Amino acid sequence: MTTHTTAADHTRPHKEDAPTGLLPIPTGPARAMATGGGALTVISAFLAWTWTAAFPGDLTVYGYPGGLPARPHHRALTTLLGLASYGIKGLRALTPGNADAALRYAALAAFTTAWYTLLAISTDLGGLANLEPGGWVAAIATLTALTGALALPFNRPQTYPVDPEDTGWEQTRHRLRNGLTVFKGAFAADTPPPPRTLPSYIEILIIVAALATGLLVFTYGIGTEYDELFIGFLISVAFGFAALAKAGLVAHLSAYTARHRNTTLLGAFLAAAAFPFTQSDDQYATIGVYILIFATVALGLNIVVGLAGLLDLGYVAFLGVGAYAASMVSGSPASPFDIHLPFWAAILVGAGASLIFGVLIGAPTLRLRGDYLAIVTLGFGEIFRLVAMNSDGASGPDITNGSNGISSIPNLKILGFDFGLEHSILGFPIGRFANYFFLMLLITLIVVLVFRRSGDSRIGRAWVAIREDETAALAMGINGFRVKLIAFALGAALAGLAGTVQAHVTYTVTPEQYQFANTVPPNSAFLLAAVVLGGMGTISGPLVGAALLYLIPNKLAFLGDYQLFAFGLALVLLMRFRPEGLIPNRRRQLEFHEAELEPGETPPPTVLSKTGA
Amino acid sequence: MTTDTTTAGQAPDTPAGQTVLDARNVTMRFGGLTAVRSVDLTVNSGEIVGLIGPNGAGKTTFFNCLTGLYTPTEGEVRYKGAILPAKSFKVTAAGIARTFQNIRLFANMTVLENVLVGRHTRTKEGLWSALLRGPGFHRAEAASKARAMELLEFVGLADKAEHLSRNLPYGEQRKLEIARALASEPGLLLLDEPTAGMNPQETRATEELVFAIRDMGIAVLVIEHDMRFIFNLCDRVAVLVQGEKLVEGSSETVQQDDRVIAAYLGEPFEENN
Ligand SMILES: Nc1ncnc2c1ncn2[C@@H]1O[C@H](COP(=O)(O)OP(=O)(O)OP(=O)(O)O)[C@@H](O)[C@H]1O
Ligand SMILES: [Mg+2]
Repeated sequence: MTTHTTAADHTRPHKEDAPTGLLPIPTGPARAMATGGGALTVISAFLAWTWTAAFPGDLTVYGYPGGLPARPHHRALTTLLGLASYGIKGLRALTPGNADAALRYAALAAFTTAWYTLLAISTDLGGLANLEPGGWVAAIATLTALTGALALPFNRPQTYPVDPEDTGWEQTRHRLRNGLTVFKGAFAADTPPPPRTLPSYIEILIIVAALATGLLVFTYGIGTEYDELFIGFLISVAFGFAALAKAGLVAHLSAYTARHRNTTLLGAFLAAAAFPFTQSDDQYATIGVYILIFATVALGLNIVVGLAGLLDLGYVAFLGVGAYAASMVSGSPASPFDIHLPFWAAILVGAGASLIFGVLIGAPTLRLRGDYLAIVTLGFGEIFRLVAMNSDGASGPDITNGSNGISSIPNLKILGFDFGLEHSILGFPIGRFANYFFLMLLITLIVVLVFRRSGDSRIGRAWVAIREDETAALAMGINGFRVKLIAFALGAALAGLAGTVQAHVTYTVTPEQYQFANTVPPNSAFLLAAVVLGGMGTISGPLVGAALLYLIPNKLAFLGDYQLFAFGLALVLLMRFRPEGLIPNRRRQLEFHEAELEPGETPPPTVLSKTGA
Repeated sequence: MTTDTTTAGQAPDTPAGQTVLDARNVTMRFGGLTAVRSVDLTVNSGEIVGLIGPNGAGKTTFFNCLTGLYTPTEGEVRYKGAILPAKSFKVTAAGIARTFQNIRLFANMTVLENVLVGRHTRTKEGLWSALLRGPGFHRAEAASKARAMELLEFVGLADKAEHLSRNLPYGEQRKLEIARALASEPGLLLLDEPTAGMNPQETRATEELVFAIRDMGIAVLVIEHDMRFIFNLCDRVAVLVQGEKLVEGSSETVQQDDRVIAAYLGEPFEENN
């Protein structure tokens, strides 16, 4: 900022005369390259990339794009992205936002996916000699498409000329900054115009299609069996999502979902319920049920953090309290109490115990403003774990069995349905974890409804008001302490609810499951991260965030000891580039990006119909 | 679960001339600094009372003492005869609403939601009612929205109900603050510099707005530096200088008072300048 204040004419921004691309290629050839490259990418996907089946995913087959669920591989994705970069350009209706920005992202996605695969092949198999012509074609095609896409003209953002009186270092920095602005501008897109209102059934069909795609992508991701495949998957999904967002399709979709909230909820629920049927192996249902537990707790935390703005750093302890309380009354031989309550009663005990702890922790601390709550909850989380660890009869009363925990919790039996056995639904074998998956899905649905209904009511508005400006909220007659305590206790009770199911899923409840930070979610740090990563104050945000935060460490086992480091790095990057989270609350998005508008530009008129996604 | 959330016309049943606000001997000290010193002030129903004084005179501090944001070091404040509770949300529930000198809207809520928050004390639906969504909930919510829209209509912001309040221009933000304060159905409205940052037309419109509020049966106590605004509007004006009440009286008395001219106005105020 120091450089453009010295002389008057340096402060005036100047615009390029004619829009040009990042690379000096005329528009015609550039577009031809982008289109041709895209087409060639599609073709390359039908060719063999390598000669040996040794590389994960088997890329040897000619003439068949691997779209089969049985043997999914990168080429399917490359095809898709190639098609996207090829197709998106022509169809104006598909890209209400910025077609060229979307094209750039799609080309980037195809390029990184293809090149990542080819590099992985070469390093895995020891040399470029292992690439078949198909591989080379893919490499060249994606590179051509990317070059073409980058050369397409775009509206250059304002830059400021260098001040000749500055020192050389300052001038260099200034040029770098300008370069960065222009580069960012190449990938920027205008806000898409609000979508036309389509006939209801078409909008619903679009939502259904989007949900089905979501399920497909998720199922594919969860089923990837190799690190390389999963990384490739992540790259493609990330850039693919960015391309869709730039094309304005994401904004349109969220407008449709806002209009059909109940349909969307039902559809999402059905799509999630369909997940166990897509898996032949109960192993993936295991991942599914753990993700659901994690996601549900994250959503509960979102009431506390996202709506009421209370920073709770020990939230996982409430999950633990619920799990311990429920496990002790569910007939475990390790429990100090010799009772076996039915599930509904165990749920009441679990949620009730968490609720009581929530009130006990909240009542003294919520009267204070500021960071006290964060510190107290952090302490509570650790105290809970240590007490559970030490109440083993040796160093304390014999309640929790110490580090052995409450073990051998019997499987649930509800109305004669034994959750431990494999059942057959419509000819599909549904194993133990899939059974619990369905139960947990029900709990998730309950938490979603609680979130939505409480958020969109007098009490929910009071939470948001307190978060926005506590003094003003008090002056509006809101009993801040009471309202915050309700949010805190409700969040705790919901975590306890999830804990009840978790205790049964994991058979054993141990103190080590409930740490502040750990490589395995759920833990307090990851829960908070899921909320922040996904998007504070939204429903889908924490669900998506939790799924990602569970899958990534789970799939990338090779990260090993660096997992937490990578996690921290990812969070820092996210906060730098997308502070509002992956699925932003529309209010938050405005809050964070208003500053990036050019001087004199007014923010886009925002008309909110409902509380957001 | 009570559903009688809107008492539509909401004219408080205070007979004209009855004392609404009665502040006695209010003193506020911050360490060694006495920001307000032994101030007495009454506001009667149907009145618009002005509070003027130089910067730092203690006007906002006095407001904060009235609304429970500060607990006065000495003195007591009565609203309709009852001593006010010390918590600001209870003061609002009792019937005193306010706006802030530096606008304090809920920036990331919509205009309508801001006003709905203002209705918090006059509605009762708790968490259970929100979760179960019985007919009572829907009725109360609809009534609240209707009342909020009425108020937005009243201040002229109805067409912006779904905008984020942060995106409103300054003048409209001030109007929204007034609508939000009115939503709590007060018997006394405290306005802290309601026209700061407004252009002359907007100021004139605000004048009309304050008169209309008074006609709704709400007493108004207003702080303002715009003398023409104050002297047009107020039945009575109190002058605060260095925390002490210097003069109190009708507009004419105050603008001709030598001490006020010396301490604040600087020169005799001309009605037609
Ligand atoms: N919380 C506080 N702590 C310490 N001093 C304060 C506090 N609040 C206000 N003061 C001091 O009290 C005095 C009166 O301030 P106040 O804001 O009430 O003035 P004002 O009459 O509203 O002025 P203005 O016209 O500028 O709004 C000032 O000297 C201020 O610095
Ligand atoms: Mg002031």
